[in-house]
Amino acid sequence: MKIKWVLLAFLSTIVNVLSGCESLAVLDPKGPQAQTQANVIWLSIAIMAVIVIVVCAILVFVLTKYRDSKLPKDYEPPYIEGNHVVETIIVGVPILIVIFFSVVSVISNNKVEATPEGYKGQDPLVIYASSSDWKWHFSYPENDIETVNYLYIPTNRPLEFKLYSFGPITSFWIPQLGGQKYAMSNMVTTLHLAADESVEMMGRNANFSGKGFAENTFHVEAMSQDKFDEWVKEVKETAKPITEVRFNELLKPGHEGQLTFTGTHLDFSPAPEGENAGHHHGSSDSNANSKGEHMEHDHKSSNSKEKSPHKHE
Amino acid sequence: MGFFSRFLIPNPSPVIYSSMVAIGVTVLLIIVGITHFKKWFYLWSGWLTTVDHKRIGIMYLISALLMLFRGGVDAVMMRAQLAVPDNKLLDSQHYNEIFSTHGVVMILFMAMPYIMALMNFVVPLQIGARDVAFPRLNAISFWLFFMGAMLFNISFVIGGSPDAGWSSYFPLAGNEFSPHVGTNYYMIGIQIAGIGTLMTGINFLTTILKMRAPGMTLMKMPMFTWSSLVTSIIIVFAFPVLTVALIMGTMDRLFATKFFTMTDGGMDMLWANLFWVWGHPEVYILILPAFGLFSEIIPTFSRRNLYGYRSMVASMVFISIYSFFVWTHHFFTMGQAAYVNSIFSITTMVIAIPTGIKIFNWLFTMWKGRIRFTVPMLYSIGFIPLFTIGGVTGVMLAMSAADYQYHNTMFLVAHFHNVIIPGVVFAVLGAGTYYWPKMFGFMLNERIGKWAFWFLTIGFCLAFFPMYITGLDGQARRIYTYSESTGFGPLNMISFIGAVLMAISFVLIVYTIYYSIRHAPKDVGDDPWDARSLEWATHNPVPEYNFAIIPQVNSRETFWDAKYKGHELFKGDYEKIHMPNNSGVPFIMSCIFFVFGFALVFSIWFLAIIGLIGIFVCMAHRSFEIDHGHYISVEEIKETEAKFRGVNKWK
Ligand code: HEM
Ligand SMILES: [Cu+2]
Ligand SMILES: [Cu+2]
Repeated sequence: MKIKWVLLAFLSTIVNVLSGCESLAVLDPKGPQAQTQANVIWLSIAIMAVIVIVVCAILVFVLTKYRDSKLPKDYEPPYIEGNHVVETIIVGVPILIVIFFSVVSVISNNKVEATPEGYKGQDPLVIYASSSDWKWHFSYPENDIETVNYLYIPTNRPLEFKLYSFGPITSFWIPQLGGQKYAMSNMVTTLHLAADESVEMMGRNANFSGKGFAENTFHVEAMSQDKFDEWVKEVKETAKPITEVRFNELLKPGHEGQLTFTGTHLDFSPAPEGENAGHHHGSSDSNANSKGEHMEHDHKSSNSKEKSPHKHE
Repeated sequence: MGFFSRFLIPNPSPVIYSSMVAIGVTVLLIIVGITHFKKWFYLWSGWLTTVDHKRIGIMYLISALLMLFRGGVDAVMMRAQLAVPDNKLLDSQHYNEIFSTHGVVMILFMAMPYIMALMNFVVPLQIGARDVAFPRLNAISFWLFFMGAMLFNISFVIGGSPDAGWSSYFPLAGNEFSPHVGTNYYMIGIQIAGIGTLMTGINFLTTILKMRAPGMTLMKMPMFTWSSLVTSIIIVFAFPVLTVALIMGTMDRLFATKFFTMTDGGMDMLWANLFWVWGHPEVYILILPAFGLFSEIIPTFSRRNLYGYRSMVASMVFISIYSFFVWTHHFFTMGQAAYVNSIFSITTMVIAIPTGIKIFNWLFTMWKGRIRFTVPMLYSIGFIPLFTIGGVTGVMLAMSAADYQYHNTMFLVAHFHNVIIPGVVFAVLGAGTYYWPKMFGFMLNERIGKWAFWFLTIGFCLAFFPMYITGLDGQARRIYTYSESTGFGPLNMISFIGAVLMAISFVLIVYTIYYSIRHAPKDVGDDPWDARSLEWATHNPVPEYNFAIIPQVNSRETFWDAKYKGHELFKGDYEKIHMPNNSGVPFIMSCIFFVFGFALVFSIWFLAIIGLIGIFVCMAHRSFEIDHGHYISVEEIKETEAKFRGVNKWK
């Protein structure tokens, strides 16, 4: 009974896989948004597994019971149009499941689009994450610093990422904090995240953007607010300011190591929002006016040195 | 850029040089062969100028198999590249070109024509018609598809292939980021083929509505015809969107318009919207006929009528409408509001309901049946659990909050292959085997066919199930390499092994054909599977006029009734039959289209203008042409019918 064995093999792989899943990035969340998403994923895996098992069970039953070689020679299958009870069940149960999932989906959508649970009312740290071929530029208007290809974030504080791109559409993704949103050239999208633990994580551009796409990754490190403040202070003391000339150099296609600057490129090359906005598609972003308050920092960091590319082992 | 340097490949490699040589040698061999066997005339009069829906179907089939090979080689190369971390087999540019052409070739030049092959061959027979409504338009459709596909394929050796993915998102696909001609090929090759598809849609819509045999009401139509009808309607609504999007993209690339640019008011997301407004219905254009095929195969080999016919029809109609209301699920992450995502999340999940109904109906069709495990049936049985898995992962993707974590990852790749391979590929391979005797008059070897099935199925599971896991572990799609430290290595190696098994299965399929041509018995009767619908009521292979006498339909399974319940299918006597004449114009016009397209790709304007004039000349020629077709005389019909054994068996 080949079919049976194949199905058994399926089931056992599924079980094996599920037991190994805890360590998969997406299912190993380090923040409330990723946690919400992991919960939705687990819930849907569970319900969907039941459906697959039911279908497989019926299939195996039918195939073993009604195979040609097993039936009496004179057996003639009957003509059956359908059956109202059966049809009600096969329509009704999926409808109930879909209703249930719709509710889950709407609730979770609202969660991932809002300030993370447990962080409401706190003042978020706004970070502008913009991509160029094939780098990530992180601007911290509040701290007045900028990094390239790495991201330091404080734990236990809501983060508000403002995403846009200097080239093709890219997608900002830190699997363990929560996923992914597009960064586009003439609008700013907002992603609300937060980190619960001090950990190092992988972040990347998830949307194909040409030749250097595979290496379009960045390093993420979540640390306590104290450590974060310390780091900011260090950057201010050691890093060189970002200048328009230097920034335009960075925008050219190619890869760079991890770089650190004081000041942000938002000063001379503002993000496409507010009066620079290209377009928007009904984003639920409530922080349309957040730009103004961040732009008021003044930068007197002319005597700081550019730090040699930030190294991480 | 100099005139000639445009034709060079941007970054050639030994692979490309050797395939150039291979292509050259093959073309030469074919030409020598045809000349040697003096087949030029036969080729011209029998095939290139034919308007017979059956021959057009067979030409679609051959093209689809060729393209399956091309796309398959791409696939295996991709999997080989990803099999180990930090692999140097392909460089980034080459990999990008390969996955872009793989996607386009598989969807548009393999799956589509394979479906078209079966629609062309089967639908007129199934409704008891002599041909499609517009036979010559049908030939044009085929040749346009063919020339579009060829134009797309020569990009591999002349000028460079598209490298922005099969979805070709702007601004990446714009001149700034894709400067070589690859994306021009994409825009124009698909455009030419797409026009052909649109005309096929119109043609089959008309055929099915107007040319059914007497007595065949809509609710007596066989399931595959129903699915073709619904598909044609989707084509007629969806393809114009593609046409417009491609025109806008072409204008941006060739004439520096600013539809999809980053500045000057262009909107990159407009492309994404237009692309998916076509692209999502497109996947239903592929899957619904596949559903139709399974609904033919499963009842035949269960020796039972299709369970829940009405709900099958209803669910298909419902899906066809709904497929236009879900396109945004392809970019949940584009930054629209939570309520927008919620709406599209729900509309997407709702489609799972009619799909689920169909799955259960197939299961209940087998229930109390008498199941024979033939090759077509194996494909249909394998389809059920695998497609269910693909479907439920689709529901998982439809939960937009979770999709934030799946989007653009291997999880997504696993999902869509999980629906498209068991759904579409299994259907066309199974149906190809099922209808083979109708097409060619002999059966394909079952034993080799079963081997091919098992290789394909096991290979499929190995190739794609690991991707669900690597996706959840953070492997993005379309990356050409990854580092050892990611830990993706072992699972990708398993995927590669799976891909190799699938490749072996393809070789086995080709071998079955070869083996059966040599060894299979040449007289299998008209109805070798003991089937249920009208296409089996005529001879094997089918005579030019399909049915000597137009059949009388009394039920959904009229042929079954004729065999076992004494229904009289063919009433009356032979009469002369009117048939359309062959014409060289569709072929010639499509060749001119090819030249025109080529000229546009490389912006050779004088040639483009000549081409355009040529196309209009062909159309003008048609409108002045006087062609009333021809008649097949009663004597000739009698002669032909007498040649088949078992004549008048159902008469
Ligand atoms: C031998 C079987 C196959 C293998 C091993 C295979 C493998 C792959 C791989 C590795 C990718 C690239 C994923 C990425 O990095 O984005 C891909 C993409 C794709 N495949 Fe397949 N594939 C197979 C068959 C098919 C078939 C039969 C179809 C359609 C009928 C298909 C349609 C696609 C599409 C549409 C894409 C997306 C291309 C893009 O990202 O632009 N594939 N496939
Ligand atoms: Cu946008
Ligand atoms: Cu879709």
